[in-house]
Amino acid sequence: MFNMTKNVVANLFAKSSTRLYPFAVRGHFEGFRGTLHINIDECIFCRTCQIKCPSQCIAVDNKAGTWTCEAMSCVYCGVCVDVCPTSCLSMSKEHRQVATEKQTMAYQGVPKKKKKEAAE
Amino acid sequence: MARTILPFGPQHPVLPEPLHLKLTIEDEIVVEALPTLGYVHRGLEKLCEVRDFNQMVQIVERVCGICSCLHALCYCEGIEQIMGVEVPRRAKYLRTIWGELHRVHSHLLWLGLFADAFGFESLFMQFWRVRERIMDIMEATCGNRVVVSVNVVGGVRRDLSPEQCQWIEQQLIISEKEIRQLQTTILNDYTVKKRCCGKGVLTKEQAYQLGAVGPMLRGSGWAQDARQTGYAAFGELGFEPIVEYDGDSYARCAVRFRETLQSFDIVRLAIARMPAGETAANVEGANEDDTPRIISGNRGGIMQSYNRDKHHSITAAPPPDLDIPAGSLAAKVKGKPDGEAVTRVEQPRGELMYYLKGVGSKNMDRVRIRTPTFANIPPLLAILPGCELADVPVIVLSIDPCISCTER
Repeated sequence: MFNMTKNVVANLFAKSSTRLYPFAVRGHFEGFRGTLHINIDECIFCRTCQIKCPSQCIAVDNKAGTWTCEAMSCVYCGVCVDVCPTSCLSMSKEHRQVATEKQTMAYQGVPKKKKKEAAE
Repeated sequence: MARTILPFGPQHPVLPEPLHLKLTIEDEIVVEALPTLGYVHRGLEKLCEVRDFNQMVQIVERVCGICSCLHALCYCEGIEQIMGVEVPRRAKYLRTIWGELHRVHSHLLWLGLFADAFGFESLFMQFWRVRERIMDIMEATCGNRVVVSVNVVGGVRRDLSPEQCQWIEQQLIISEKEIRQLQTTILNDYTVKKRCCGKGVLTKEQAYQLGAVGPMLRGSGWAQDARQTGYAAFGELGFEPIVEYDGDSYARCAVRFRETLQSFDIVRLAIARMPAGETAANVEGANEDDTPRIISGNRGGIMQSYNRDKHHSITAAPPPDLDIPAGSLAAKVKGKPDGEAVTRVEQPRGELMYYLKGVGSKNMDRVRIRTPTFANIPPLLAILPGCELADVPVIVLSIDPCISCTER
Protein backbone atom coordinates (compact mmCIF):
# COMPACT_ATOMS: atom_id res chain seq x y z
CA MET A 1 0.00 0.00 0.00
CA PHE A 2 2.78 2.44 0.98
CA ASN A 3 4.64 1.71 -2.25
CA MET A 4 1.64 2.66 -4.33
CA THR A 5 1.05 5.82 -2.26
CA LYS A 6 4.65 6.83 -2.93
CA ASN A 7 4.01 6.24 -6.61
CA VAL A 8 0.85 8.34 -6.54
CA VAL A 9 2.65 11.24 -4.84
CA ALA A 10 5.50 11.00 -7.35
CA ASN A 11 3.00 11.09 -10.20
CA LEU A 12 1.38 14.21 -8.75
CA PHE A 13 4.59 16.16 -9.26
CA ALA A 14 5.80 14.40 -12.39
CA LYS A 15 5.30 15.54 -15.95
CA SER A 16 1.99 14.51 -17.48
CA SER A 17 2.01 11.08 -19.15
CA THR A 18 -0.62 12.09 -21.67
CA ARG A 19 -0.69 14.80 -24.30
CA LEU A 20 -3.25 17.51 -24.79
CA TYR A 21 -4.56 16.09 -28.04
CA PRO A 22 -5.35 17.64 -30.54
CA PHE A 23 -3.09 20.55 -29.53
CA ALA A 24 -0.09 18.28 -29.00
CA VAL A 25 0.05 15.49 -31.58
CA ARG A 26 2.57 12.68 -31.34
CA GLY A 27 4.45 12.24 -34.58
CA HIS A 28 5.31 8.88 -36.05
CA PHE A 29 8.73 7.28 -36.11
CA GLU A 30 10.78 7.05 -39.28
CA GLY A 31 9.83 4.00 -41.29
CA PHE A 32 6.25 3.89 -40.02
CA ARG A 33 3.93 2.33 -42.60
CA GLY A 34 1.30 5.05 -42.78
CA THR A 35 0.01 5.71 -46.28
CA LEU A 36 0.80 4.14 -49.63
CA HIS A 37 1.95 6.40 -52.46
CA ILE A 38 2.83 5.76 -56.08
CA ASN A 39 4.98 7.69 -58.51
CA ILE A 40 2.92 6.76 -61.54
CA ASP A 41 5.49 8.11 -64.03
CA GLU A 42 7.97 5.42 -63.04
CA CYS A 43 5.43 2.59 -62.93
CA ILE A 44 5.89 -0.02 -65.67
CA PHE A 45 2.52 -1.72 -64.96
CA CYS A 46 4.18 -5.08 -64.36
CA ARG A 47 1.38 -6.15 -61.95
CA THR A 48 3.85 -7.52 -59.38
CA CYS A 49 2.21 -5.49 -56.60
CA GLN A 50 -1.23 -6.77 -57.60
CA ILE A 51 -0.06 -10.39 -57.56
CA LYS A 52 1.81 -10.17 -54.26
CA CYS A 53 -0.72 -8.08 -52.30
CA PRO A 54 -2.13 -10.26 -49.45
CA SER A 55 -5.38 -8.27 -49.25
CA GLN A 56 -5.71 -8.04 -53.04
CA CYS A 57 -6.56 -4.36 -52.93
CA ILE A 58 -4.41 -3.32 -55.91
CA ALA A 59 -5.62 -3.56 -59.51
CA VAL A 60 -3.30 -2.78 -62.41
CA ASP A 61 -4.35 -2.58 -66.05
CA ASN A 62 -1.25 -2.70 -68.19
CA LYS A 63 -3.09 -1.95 -71.44
CA ALA A 64 -4.99 1.08 -70.21
CA GLY A 65 -2.14 2.16 -67.93
CA THR A 66 -4.18 2.47 -64.76
CA TRP A 67 -3.16 1.69 -61.21
CA THR A 68 -5.90 1.59 -58.56
CA CYS A 69 -5.86 0.72 -54.88
CA GLU A 70 -8.85 0.23 -52.60
CA ALA A 71 -7.51 2.33 -49.76
CA MET A 72 -9.86 0.81 -47.21
CA SER A 73 -8.92 -2.78 -48.05
CA CYS A 74 -5.20 -2.07 -47.77
CA VAL A 75 -3.64 -3.49 -44.60
CA TYR A 76 -0.43 -1.42 -44.92
CA CYS A 77 1.86 -4.44 -44.76
CA GLY A 78 4.33 -2.87 -47.20
CA VAL A 79 4.77 -5.99 -49.35
CA CYS A 80 4.05 -4.06 -52.58
CA VAL A 81 6.76 -1.54 -51.69
CA ASP A 82 9.26 -4.37 -51.16
CA VAL A 83 8.50 -6.16 -54.41
CA CYS A 84 8.17 -3.16 -56.75
CA PRO A 85 10.97 -3.53 -59.34
CA THR A 86 11.19 0.19 -60.10
CA SER A 87 10.73 1.39 -56.51
CA CYS A 88 7.87 3.63 -57.60
CA LEU A 89 5.78 2.63 -54.57
CA SER A 90 6.56 4.17 -51.22
CA MET A 91 4.97 4.64 -47.81
CA SER A 92 4.81 7.90 -45.93
CA LYS A 93 4.61 7.97 -42.16
CA GLU A 94 1.35 9.88 -41.93
CA HIS A 95 -1.93 8.03 -41.40
CA ARG A 96 -4.52 8.02 -44.12
CA GLN A 97 -7.15 10.68 -43.46
CA VAL A 98 -10.42 9.60 -41.91
CA ALA A 99 -13.17 9.34 -44.53
CA THR A 100 -16.91 8.92 -44.49
CA GLU A 101 -17.05 7.17 -47.84
CA LYS A 102 -15.05 4.37 -49.40
CA GLN A 103 -11.98 5.67 -51.16
CA THR A 104 -10.13 4.36 -54.15
CA MET A 105 -6.72 5.64 -55.16
CA ALA A 106 -6.79 5.77 -58.95
CA TYR A 107 -3.86 6.82 -61.14
CA GLN A 108 -3.57 7.05 -64.90
CA GLY A 109 -0.14 6.61 -66.42
CA VAL A 110 1.32 5.94 -69.84
CA PRO A 111 1.48 2.22 -70.58
CA LYS A 112 4.91 1.04 -71.62
CA LYS A 113 5.07 0.02 -75.27
CA LYS A 114 6.33 -3.40 -76.21
CA LYS A 115 9.81 -3.60 -77.72
CA LYS A 116 8.49 -4.25 -81.21
CA GLU A 117 6.13 -1.29 -81.11
CA ALA A 118 8.82 0.95 -79.67
CA ALA A 119 11.20 -0.01 -82.48
CA GLU A 120 8.59 0.88 -85.10
CA MET B 1 -30.55 -24.79 -2.57
CA ALA B 2 -31.92 -24.54 -6.11
CA ARG B 3 -29.47 -24.29 -8.94
CA THR B 4 -29.44 -21.25 -11.18
CA ILE B 5 -27.90 -20.98 -14.62
CA LEU B 6 -26.16 -17.67 -15.16
CA PRO B 7 -24.93 -16.56 -18.59
CA PHE B 8 -21.46 -14.99 -18.35
CA GLY B 9 -20.31 -13.24 -21.52
CA PRO B 10 -19.80 -12.96 -24.47
CA GLN B 11 -20.19 -9.28 -23.64
CA HIS B 12 -19.21 -8.65 -20.07
CA PRO B 13 -17.49 -5.64 -18.46
CA VAL B 14 -14.47 -7.63 -17.30
CA LEU B 15 -14.08 -9.90 -20.31
CA PRO B 16 -11.83 -8.51 -23.03
CA GLU B 17 -12.78 -11.38 -25.33
CA PRO B 18 -16.11 -12.82 -26.52
CA LEU B 19 -16.24 -16.03 -24.49
CA HIS B 20 -19.61 -17.23 -23.28
CA LEU B 21 -19.76 -19.34 -20.13
CA LYS B 22 -22.93 -20.95 -18.91
CA LEU B 23 -22.38 -21.01 -15.15
CA THR B 24 -24.50 -23.26 -12.98
CA ILE B 25 -24.45 -21.67 -9.56
CA GLU B 26 -25.66 -22.86 -6.21
CA ASP B 27 -25.82 -20.14 -3.58
CA GLU B 28 -23.04 -18.02 -5.21
CA ILE B 29 -20.83 -21.08 -5.64
CA VAL B 30 -20.13 -22.27 -9.18
CA VAL B 31 -21.03 -25.92 -9.65
CA GLU B 32 -20.50 -26.31 -13.37
CA ALA B 33 -19.27 -24.23 -16.29
CA LEU B 34 -20.01 -24.84 -19.96
CA PRO B 35 -18.27 -22.74 -22.61
CA THR B 36 -19.66 -21.58 -25.93
CA LEU B 37 -17.31 -20.39 -28.62
CA GLY B 38 -17.80 -19.22 -32.18
CA TYR B 39 -18.52 -15.51 -31.94
CA VAL B 40 -15.44 -14.32 -33.85
CA HIS B 41 -14.72 -17.12 -36.29
CA ARG B 42 -13.25 -15.67 -39.48
CA GLY B 43 -12.13 -18.73 -41.43
CA LEU B 44 -8.51 -17.66 -41.83
CA GLU B 45 -7.30 -21.24 -42.28
CA LYS B 46 -9.57 -21.60 -45.30
CA LEU B 47 -7.88 -18.63 -46.96
CA CYS B 48 -4.83 -20.79 -47.62
CA GLU B 49 -6.73 -22.23 -50.57
CA VAL B 50 -6.93 -18.91 -52.38
CA ARG B 51 -3.85 -17.01 -51.19
CA ASP B 52 -0.35 -18.18 -51.99
CA PHE B 53 2.01 -19.32 -49.26
CA ASN B 54 3.85 -16.00 -49.12
CA GLN B 55 0.66 -14.00 -48.74
CA MET B 56 -0.39 -16.29 -45.89
CA VAL B 57 2.36 -14.73 -43.74
CA GLN B 58 0.38 -11.49 -43.57
CA ILE B 59 -2.85 -13.41 -43.02
CA VAL B 60 -1.65 -15.56 -40.12
CA GLU B 61 -0.31 -12.39 -38.50
CA ARG B 62 -3.90 -11.29 -38.25
CA VAL B 63 -5.01 -14.37 -36.34
CA CYS B 64 -4.12 -12.46 -33.20
CA GLY B 65 -3.12 -8.83 -32.81
CA ILE B 66 -1.24 -9.26 -29.55
CA CYS B 67 1.11 -11.99 -30.72
CA SER B 68 1.15 -11.35 -34.48
CA CYS B 69 4.93 -11.60 -34.74
CA LEU B 70 4.95 -15.09 -33.21
CA HIS B 71 2.23 -16.40 -35.51
CA ALA B 72 4.22 -15.26 -38.52
CA LEU B 73 7.41 -16.68 -37.01
CA CYS B 74 5.80 -20.08 -36.47
CA TYR B 75 4.39 -20.14 -40.00
CA CYS B 76 7.65 -19.01 -41.64
CA GLU B 77 9.67 -21.59 -39.70
CA GLY B 78 7.32 -24.27 -40.97
CA ILE B 79 7.61 -23.19 -44.60
CA GLU B 80 11.38 -22.88 -44.24
CA GLN B 81 11.54 -26.42 -42.90
CA ILE B 82 9.48 -27.75 -45.79
CA MET B 83 11.63 -25.94 -48.34
CA GLY B 84 14.87 -26.68 -46.51
CA VAL B 85 15.93 -23.08 -46.05
CA GLU B 86 18.60 -22.10 -43.58
CA VAL B 87 17.75 -18.66 -42.22
CA PRO B 88 20.72 -16.32 -41.64
CA ARG B 89 21.81 -16.14 -38.02
CA ARG B 90 21.19 -12.41 -37.79
CA ALA B 91 17.59 -12.94 -38.89
CA LYS B 92 17.15 -15.56 -36.17
CA TYR B 93 18.35 -13.09 -33.55
CA LEU B 94 16.12 -10.35 -34.91
CA ARG B 95 13.14 -12.71 -34.79
CA THR B 96 14.02 -13.51 -31.17
CA ILE B 97 14.24 -9.83 -30.24
CA TRP B 98 10.88 -8.91 -31.78
CA GLY B 99 9.25 -12.07 -30.46
CA GLU B 100 10.37 -11.31 -26.91
CA LEU B 101 9.29 -7.69 -27.18
CA HIS B 102 5.89 -9.02 -28.17
CA ARG B 103 5.86 -11.20 -25.08
CA VAL B 104 6.71 -8.19 -22.90
CA HIS B 105 3.92 -6.06 -24.29
CA SER B 106 1.42 -8.92 -24.12
CA HIS B 107 2.28 -9.69 -20.50
CA LEU B 108 2.10 -6.01 -19.57
CA LEU B 109 -1.28 -5.79 -21.26
CA TRP B 110 -2.44 -8.85 -19.35
CA LEU B 111 -1.07 -7.63 -16.01
CA GLY B 112 -3.02 -4.41 -16.52
CA LEU B 113 -6.22 -6.21 -17.46
CA PHE B 114 -5.78 -8.60 -14.55
CA ALA B 115 -5.42 -5.66 -12.14
CA ASP B 116 -8.54 -4.17 -13.68
CA ALA B 117 -10.42 -7.47 -13.21
CA PHE B 118 -10.03 -7.27 -9.45
CA GLY B 119 -10.77 -3.58 -9.42
CA PHE B 120 -7.27 -2.08 -9.13
CA GLU B 121 -7.62 0.51 -11.87
CA SER B 122 -4.62 2.67 -11.03
CA LEU B 123 -2.36 -0.36 -11.29
CA PHE B 124 -3.90 -1.09 -14.69
CA MET B 125 -2.91 2.39 -15.87
CA GLN B 126 0.62 2.05 -14.49
CA PHE B 127 1.23 -1.18 -16.41
CA TRP B 128 -0.19 0.19 -19.61
CA ARG B 129 2.00 3.29 -19.33
CA VAL B 130 5.07 1.07 -19.29
CA ARG B 131 3.67 -0.94 -22.18
CA GLU B 132 3.53 2.22 -24.28
CA ARG B 133 7.35 2.33 -24.34
CA ILE B 134 7.46 -1.17 -25.78
CA MET B 135 4.88 -0.21 -28.40
CA ASP B 136 7.09 2.74 -29.35
CA ILE B 137 10.02 0.35 -29.85
CA MET B 138 7.81 -1.73 -32.13
CA GLU B 139 6.76 1.27 -34.18
CA ALA B 140 10.27 2.64 -34.51
CA THR B 141 11.87 -0.66 -35.49
CA CYS B 142 9.12 -2.54 -37.34
CA GLY B 143 6.96 0.17 -38.84
CA ASN B 144 3.81 -0.60 -36.91
CA ARG B 145 2.72 -0.82 -33.29
CA VAL B 146 0.73 -4.04 -33.30
CA VAL B 147 0.86 -6.04 -36.53
CA VAL B 148 4.57 -5.65 -37.04
CA SER B 149 4.86 -7.65 -40.27
CA VAL B 150 8.60 -8.23 -40.16
CA ASN B 151 8.80 -11.97 -40.78
CA VAL B 152 8.96 -13.35 -44.28
CA VAL B 153 9.80 -16.80 -45.59
CA GLY B 154 13.60 -16.81 -45.55
CA GLY B 155 14.25 -14.19 -42.90
CA VAL B 156 13.08 -10.77 -41.80
CA ARG B 157 12.20 -7.63 -43.69
CA ARG B 158 13.88 -5.09 -41.47
CA ASP B 159 17.20 -4.72 -39.75
CA LEU B 160 18.30 -2.98 -36.57
CA SER B 161 21.01 -0.34 -36.76
CA PRO B 162 23.53 0.00 -33.89
CA GLU B 163 21.83 3.28 -32.90
CA GLN B 164 18.45 1.56 -32.74
CA CYS B 165 19.91 -1.26 -30.61
CA GLN B 166 21.35 1.31 -28.23
CA TRP B 167 18.03 3.16 -28.04
CA ILE B 168 16.15 -0.09 -27.38
CA GLU B 169 18.52 -0.90 -24.53
CA GLN B 170 17.98 2.54 -23.02
CA GLN B 171 14.21 2.16 -23.27
CA LEU B 172 14.41 -1.30 -21.68
CA ILE B 173 16.38 0.06 -18.73
CA ILE B 174 13.70 2.69 -18.06
CA SER B 175 10.85 0.19 -18.55
CA GLU B 176 12.45 -2.37 -16.26
CA LYS B 177 12.91 0.23 -13.55
CA GLU B 178 9.26 1.23 -13.85
CA ILE B 179 8.08 -2.39 -13.76
CA ARG B 180 10.18 -3.17 -10.70
CA GLN B 181 8.48 -0.28 -8.92
CA LEU B 182 5.18 -2.10 -9.48
CA GLN B 183 6.53 -5.47 -8.35
CA THR B 184 5.75 -4.95 -4.67
CA THR B 185 2.19 -3.94 -5.48
CA ILE B 186 1.27 -6.73 -7.90
CA LEU B 187 3.00 -9.49 -5.95
CA ASN B 188 2.83 -8.45 -2.29
CA ASP B 189 -0.17 -6.17 -1.90
CA TYR B 190 -2.73 -7.39 0.63
CA THR B 191 -5.77 -6.80 -1.60
CA VAL B 192 -4.14 -8.44 -4.62
CA LYS B 193 -3.20 -11.51 -2.60
CA LYS B 194 -6.67 -11.68 -1.10
CA ARG B 195 -8.21 -11.87 -4.58
CA CYS B 196 -5.66 -14.24 -6.16
CA CYS B 197 -4.07 -16.59 -3.63
CA GLY B 198 -5.77 -19.96 -3.51
CA LYS B 199 -8.27 -19.02 -6.25
CA GLY B 200 -8.66 -21.36 -9.19
CA VAL B 201 -6.11 -23.94 -8.12
CA LEU B 202 -4.91 -26.25 -10.89
CA THR B 203 -2.89 -29.12 -9.46
CA LYS B 204 0.25 -30.43 -11.13
CA GLU B 205 -1.46 -33.65 -12.19
CA GLN B 206 -4.52 -31.84 -13.54
CA ALA B 207 -2.33 -29.46 -15.54
CA TYR B 208 -0.61 -32.40 -17.22
CA GLN B 209 -3.71 -34.49 -17.82
CA LEU B 210 -5.82 -31.64 -19.18
CA GLY B 211 -3.03 -30.43 -21.45
CA ALA B 212 -2.50 -26.94 -20.04
CA VAL B 213 0.13 -24.81 -21.78
CA GLY B 214 2.15 -21.70 -21.10
CA PRO B 215 2.02 -19.83 -17.79
CA MET B 216 -0.97 -21.98 -16.80
CA LEU B 217 1.26 -25.07 -16.97
CA ARG B 218 4.32 -23.42 -15.50
CA GLY B 219 2.26 -21.94 -12.66
CA SER B 220 1.41 -25.51 -11.68
CA GLY B 221 5.00 -26.64 -11.39
CA TRP B 222 5.89 -27.95 -14.84
CA ALA B 223 9.10 -26.55 -16.35
CA GLN B 224 7.93 -26.80 -19.93
CA ASP B 225 8.27 -24.06 -22.51
CA ALA B 226 8.44 -24.28 -26.31
CA ARG B 227 11.46 -21.98 -26.22
CA GLN B 228 13.42 -24.91 -24.81
CA THR B 229 13.17 -26.51 -28.26
CA GLY B 230 15.55 -23.81 -29.50
CA TYR B 231 13.57 -22.16 -32.29
CA ALA B 232 14.88 -18.85 -33.69
CA ALA B 233 18.02 -18.06 -31.67
CA PHE B 234 16.92 -19.65 -28.40
CA GLY B 235 19.17 -22.62 -29.04
CA GLU B 236 22.20 -20.33 -28.77
CA LEU B 237 20.96 -18.06 -26.01
CA GLY B 238 20.33 -20.64 -23.31
CA PHE B 239 16.91 -20.56 -21.75
CA GLU B 240 15.42 -21.72 -18.49
CA PRO B 241 11.64 -21.58 -18.02
CA ILE B 242 10.14 -19.80 -15.06
CA VAL B 243 8.16 -22.03 -12.74
CA GLU B 244 5.80 -21.46 -9.84
CA TYR B 245 4.33 -24.28 -7.81
CA ASP B 246 1.06 -23.15 -6.23
CA GLY B 247 -1.12 -23.50 -9.34
CA ASP B 248 -3.47 -20.67 -8.33
CA SER B 249 -4.23 -17.34 -10.00
CA TYR B 250 -1.44 -15.70 -8.01
CA ALA B 251 1.12 -18.24 -9.29
CA ARG B 252 0.08 -17.60 -12.89
CA CYS B 253 0.36 -13.87 -12.30
CA ALA B 254 3.82 -14.32 -10.78
CA VAL B 255 4.96 -16.44 -13.74
CA ARG B 256 3.90 -13.74 -16.18
CA PHE B 257 5.48 -10.97 -14.14
CA ARG B 258 8.78 -12.80 -13.86
CA GLU B 259 8.67 -13.75 -17.54
CA THR B 260 8.38 -10.08 -18.43
CA LEU B 261 11.63 -9.35 -16.65
CA GLN B 262 13.21 -12.46 -18.15
CA SER B 263 12.26 -11.31 -21.64
CA PHE B 264 14.11 -8.03 -21.03
CA ASP B 265 17.24 -10.05 -20.29
CA ILE B 266 16.74 -12.19 -23.42
CA VAL B 267 16.38 -9.09 -25.61
CA ARG B 268 19.54 -7.57 -24.14
CA LEU B 269 21.45 -10.80 -24.57
CA ALA B 270 20.23 -11.20 -28.15
CA ILE B 271 21.26 -7.63 -29.01
CA ALA B 272 24.69 -8.18 -27.45
CA ARG B 273 25.30 -11.46 -29.30
CA MET B 274 23.63 -10.57 -32.60
CA PRO B 275 26.05 -11.36 -35.42
CA ALA B 276 26.52 -9.14 -38.46
CA GLY B 277 25.34 -10.37 -41.81
CA GLU B 278 22.34 -10.81 -44.03
CA THR B 279 18.79 -10.68 -42.74
CA ALA B 280 17.10 -12.80 -45.39
CA ALA B 281 18.09 -15.87 -47.37
CA ASN B 282 17.04 -16.44 -50.95
CA VAL B 283 14.69 -19.36 -51.19
CA GLU B 284 14.95 -21.65 -54.15
CA GLY B 285 12.23 -24.16 -54.36
CA ALA B 286 11.30 -27.72 -55.09
CA ASN B 287 11.57 -29.72 -58.29
CA GLU B 288 8.40 -30.96 -59.88
CA ASP B 289 9.22 -34.61 -59.18
CA ASP B 290 9.84 -33.90 -55.51
CA THR B 291 8.39 -36.56 -53.24
CA PRO B 292 6.40 -35.48 -50.19
CA ARG B 293 8.63 -35.16 -47.18
CA ILE B 294 7.95 -35.12 -43.47
CA ILE B 295 10.12 -32.75 -41.53
CA SER B 296 10.37 -32.50 -37.79
CA GLY B 297 8.87 -29.55 -35.96
CA ASN B 298 11.77 -27.82 -34.22
CA ARG B 299 14.56 -29.79 -32.68
CA GLY B 300 13.38 -32.84 -30.81
CA GLY B 301 10.00 -32.66 -32.51
CA ILE B 302 7.62 -35.52 -32.97
CA MET B 303 8.54 -36.44 -36.54
CA GLN B 304 11.84 -37.39 -38.06
CA SER B 305 13.42 -35.55 -40.92
CA TYR B 306 14.48 -37.34 -44.06
CA ASN B 307 15.12 -36.66 -47.73
CA ARG B 308 15.56 -33.05 -46.82
CA ASP B 309 18.34 -31.49 -48.81
CA LYS B 310 17.97 -33.56 -51.92
CA HIS B 311 15.85 -31.26 -54.00
CA HIS B 312 16.58 -27.84 -52.63
CA SER B 313 19.45 -25.53 -53.12
CA ILE B 314 19.95 -22.70 -50.70
CA THR B 315 21.70 -19.43 -51.28
CA ALA B 316 22.63 -17.94 -47.95
CA ALA B 317 23.22 -14.39 -49.17
CA PRO B 318 21.96 -12.61 -52.30
CA PRO B 319 24.84 -12.31 -54.76
CA PRO B 320 25.56 -8.68 -55.74
CA ASP B 321 24.52 -9.17 -59.38
CA LEU B 322 20.94 -10.14 -58.46
CA ASP B 323 18.31 -7.61 -59.38
CA ILE B 324 17.15 -6.56 -55.92
CA PRO B 325 15.69 -3.07 -55.52
CA ALA B 326 17.78 -0.70 -53.43
CA GLY B 327 16.82 -0.68 -49.78
CA SER B 328 14.85 -3.89 -49.96
CA LEU B 329 15.68 -6.58 -47.43
CA ALA B 330 13.00 -8.99 -48.59
CA ALA B 331 13.92 -12.51 -49.53
CA LYS B 332 13.49 -13.69 -53.09
CA VAL B 333 11.34 -16.78 -53.01
CA LYS B 334 11.23 -19.20 -55.90
CA GLY B 335 9.60 -22.60 -55.94
CA LYS B 336 6.74 -24.05 -53.98
CA PRO B 337 6.50 -25.91 -50.69
CA ASP B 338 5.98 -29.64 -51.01
CA GLY B 339 5.77 -31.64 -47.80
CA GLU B 340 4.57 -31.41 -44.24
CA ALA B 341 5.90 -29.67 -41.18
CA VAL B 342 4.89 -29.19 -37.58
CA THR B 343 6.29 -26.16 -35.80
CA ARG B 344 5.94 -24.99 -32.25
CA VAL B 345 6.73 -21.62 -30.74
CA GLU B 346 6.00 -20.17 -27.33
CA GLN B 347 3.40 -17.45 -27.50
CA PRO B 348 2.86 -15.22 -24.46
CA ARG B 349 -0.17 -17.41 -23.67
CA GLY B 350 1.53 -20.74 -24.21
CA GLU B 351 2.55 -23.14 -26.87
CA LEU B 352 1.42 -22.38 -30.41
CA MET B 353 1.44 -25.17 -32.96
CA TYR B 354 1.24 -25.00 -36.74
CA TYR B 355 0.73 -27.95 -39.01
CA LEU B 356 1.51 -27.06 -42.62
CA LYS B 357 1.05 -29.19 -45.68
CA GLY B 358 2.07 -28.19 -49.17
CA VAL B 359 1.52 -30.25 -52.31
CA GLY B 360 3.89 -28.46 -54.65
CA SER B 361 1.48 -25.72 -55.67
CA LYS B 362 1.58 -22.07 -54.67
CA ASN B 363 -1.36 -22.57 -52.31
CA MET B 364 -0.90 -24.57 -49.15
CA ASP B 365 -3.00 -27.70 -48.91
CA ARG B 366 -3.61 -27.26 -45.19
CA VAL B 367 -2.72 -24.74 -42.55
CA ARG B 368 -3.82 -25.95 -39.14
CA ILE B 369 -3.33 -23.65 -36.20
CA ARG B 370 -3.64 -24.78 -32.60
CA THR B 371 -3.54 -21.82 -30.28
CA PRO B 372 -2.73 -21.87 -26.56
CA THR B 373 -6.14 -20.66 -25.38
CA PHE B 374 -7.74 -23.65 -27.07
CA ALA B 375 -5.55 -25.88 -24.91
CA ASN B 376 -6.23 -23.87 -21.78
CA ILE B 377 -10.04 -23.97 -21.90
CA PRO B 378 -10.36 -27.55 -20.49
CA PRO B 379 -8.20 -26.66 -17.45
CA LEU B 380 -10.31 -23.50 -17.00
CA LEU B 381 -13.48 -25.60 -16.86
CA ALA B 382 -11.83 -27.85 -14.29
CA ILE B 383 -10.85 -25.01 -11.94
CA LEU B 384 -14.10 -23.03 -12.06
CA PRO B 385 -16.37 -25.45 -10.10
CA GLY B 386 -16.15 -24.68 -6.41
CA CYS B 387 -15.19 -21.04 -6.75
CA GLU B 388 -17.34 -18.07 -5.78
CA LEU B 389 -19.16 -16.15 -8.49
CA ALA B 390 -17.19 -12.99 -7.67
CA ASP B 391 -13.93 -14.84 -8.41
CA VAL B 392 -15.00 -16.02 -11.85
CA PRO B 393 -13.69 -12.94 -13.73
CA VAL B 394 -10.29 -13.17 -12.02
CA ILE B 395 -9.99 -16.90 -12.72
CA VAL B 396 -11.10 -16.58 -16.34
CA LEU B 397 -8.61 -13.79 -16.91
CA SER B 398 -5.84 -15.74 -15.19
CA ILE B 399 -5.65 -18.09 -18.21
CA ASP B 400 -5.17 -14.99 -20.44
CA PRO B 401 -7.93 -15.96 -22.88
CA CYS B 402 -7.55 -15.00 -26.52
CA ILE B 403 -10.72 -16.10 -28.25
CA SER B 404 -9.84 -14.46 -31.56
CA CYS B 405 -6.81 -16.75 -31.68
CA THR B 406 -8.85 -19.79 -30.71
CA GLU B 407 -11.50 -19.35 -33.37
CA ARG B 408 -9.25 -17.94 -36.12
